[in-house]
Amino acid sequence: MTELAWISSAISVARPQAMGALLRYFRDLDTAEEAFQDACLRALKNWPQNGPPRDPAAWLIFVGRNSGIDAVRKRAKQAPMPEEDQISDLEDAESDIAERLDGAHYRDDILRLLFICCHPDLPATQQIAVALRIVSGLTVKQIARAFLVGESAMEQRITRAKARIADAGVPFETPGAVERSERLAAVAAMVYLIFNEGYSTNSGEAPARAPLCEEAIRLARLLLRLFQAEPEIMGLTALLLLQHARAPARFDKDGEIVLLEDQDRSLWSRKMIDEGLALVDKALRHRKPGPYQVQAAIAALHARAEKAEDTDWVEIDLLYGLLEQMQPSPVITLNRAVAVSKVRGPEAALAMIEPLEERLSGYFHFFGLKGGLLMQLDRGEEARVAFDRAIALANTAAEAAHIRMHIDRLMKDGAVRVPAKKAN
Amino acid sequence: MLYAILCYASEDVVSSWSKAQDDEVMANLINVQDKYAKAGRLGPVARLLPTTAATTLRKVKGESVVIDGPFAETKEQFLGFYTLECADLDEAVEFARELSEVNPSGGSYEIRPVSVFNPTGVAV
Repeated sequence: MTELAWISSAISVARPQAMGALLRYFRDLDTAEEAFQDACLRALKNWPQNGPPRDPAAWLIFVGRNSGIDAVRKRAKQAPMPEEDQISDLEDAESDIAERLDGAHYRDDILRLLFICCHPDLPATQQIAVALRIVSGLTVKQIARAFLVGESAMEQRITRAKARIADAGVPFETPGAVERSERLAAVAAMVYLIFNEGYSTNSGEAPARAPLCEEAIRLARLLLRLFQAEPEIMGLTALLLLQHARAPARFDKDGEIVLLEDQDRSLWSRKMIDEGLALVDKALRHRKPGPYQVQAAIAALHARAEKAEDTDWVEIDLLYGLLEQMQPSPVITLNRAVAVSKVRGPEAALAMIEPLEERLSGYFHFFGLKGGLLMQLDRGEEARVAFDRAIALANTAAEAAHIRMHIDRLMKDGAVRVPAKKAN
Repeated sequence: MLYAILCYASEDVVSSWSKAQDDEVMANLINVQDKYAKAGRLGPVARLLPTTAATTLRKVKGESVVIDGPFAETKEQFLGFYTLECADLDEAVEFARELSEVNPSGGSYEIRPVSVFNPTGVAV
């Protein structure tokens, strides 16, 4: 790797810790970001000459802190205001670097940095965008690309979100145990959102959105490093790894969705699966199940099956049952119905999902599954109706194309009449 | 004299490599290994999963305690290692516990899943 690549990689790895510490000092996101930016510029100049520092995060914190203090002082001269209002602990600004290295604060620093992005007033997409900008350090251009919007629209979105966060005030006091675990849960949910934002995509967009999945995995690993004994964080990390492992097999060469049971499993990433399985194994020892662990355990059963026929649907049905109890939701019941159809047949599955129709009337996957089950039961006309609804609700072109394939098959098999005139 | 060569690096940096970067590094390493393997001098080669996947068995007042995470003590040194085929983590912990019971040193055993294992080191 070139020197520049090494430096940029070291900076991006050090970023959450350095930004977290700078935010604690300055209690202001913009000041912290500017200070970090400045430290990075100095690193680019200094590191190639003097060699990389032993602890890049500590170096960036130290340099960023000094530069931030200078900036705040300059600003204070222009518009006089008491410095203490802006700087929490100016008196020890010159104290030696060692104090910051002991790691006593750093867990809470990083958690806080992530947590401020999860502000409940912010819509999910803004939370994600701002976390990618502040915590992961992706450029606005990269984020815009991943969200498939223009750069200036994304710039505005992030600026507005940051203003909201600033208004809300940074919760800088050290959290107690209960608060810490609440923060961790909120942050875990956001990391999962980031992943899903990247995962729900079609093939044309997949390369642009894959960085979201990778970033989510990086953040999950970071959380796990900070909270090593949290089985739910093990579960979350495992879930993301096991799902992302299937990415190379999710679309065929024409960009069509390949269903899990039809995927070429030799394309799955063995390395990610191994790590995911190891984490599931580790989490289960705690005997403290939670939704991420259960979902990871389900993903693990798919990963363990060498062929689709080997899938342990009985166990998957049980796990979805457990998940339904933890987080009652029609979407989970819908997923369970897939397992039920394999274990107890399409009729039982259909009976299970029919009561959900009202609540899932706007949900593509409901009508996709309903159509599929009706098709298995040779109720072609009804299947056709469900598939039409699914197409109308499809989120991506690939989803719609996949359903059309089913309809074509129905028509080829003569299960439905070819409509003489297209109804509007 | 048989030597063990232990690899240390920043996991954050290594795990931030793209698949292409990682593949390139691995290919270069395998090139080096292969030369020694063909001369019959190289033994087993392993790449470990990240430390987040690690569990540690530690002796606390004579009792074996299982702790999540890697071995993090700097007052003790890396003295040796085993590889063992296990159906699950419980089996690995049990092996470490048996070792620990007859080992008077009071040290720890870090249990880390292996990602890549090549018993002869010859490139495949």
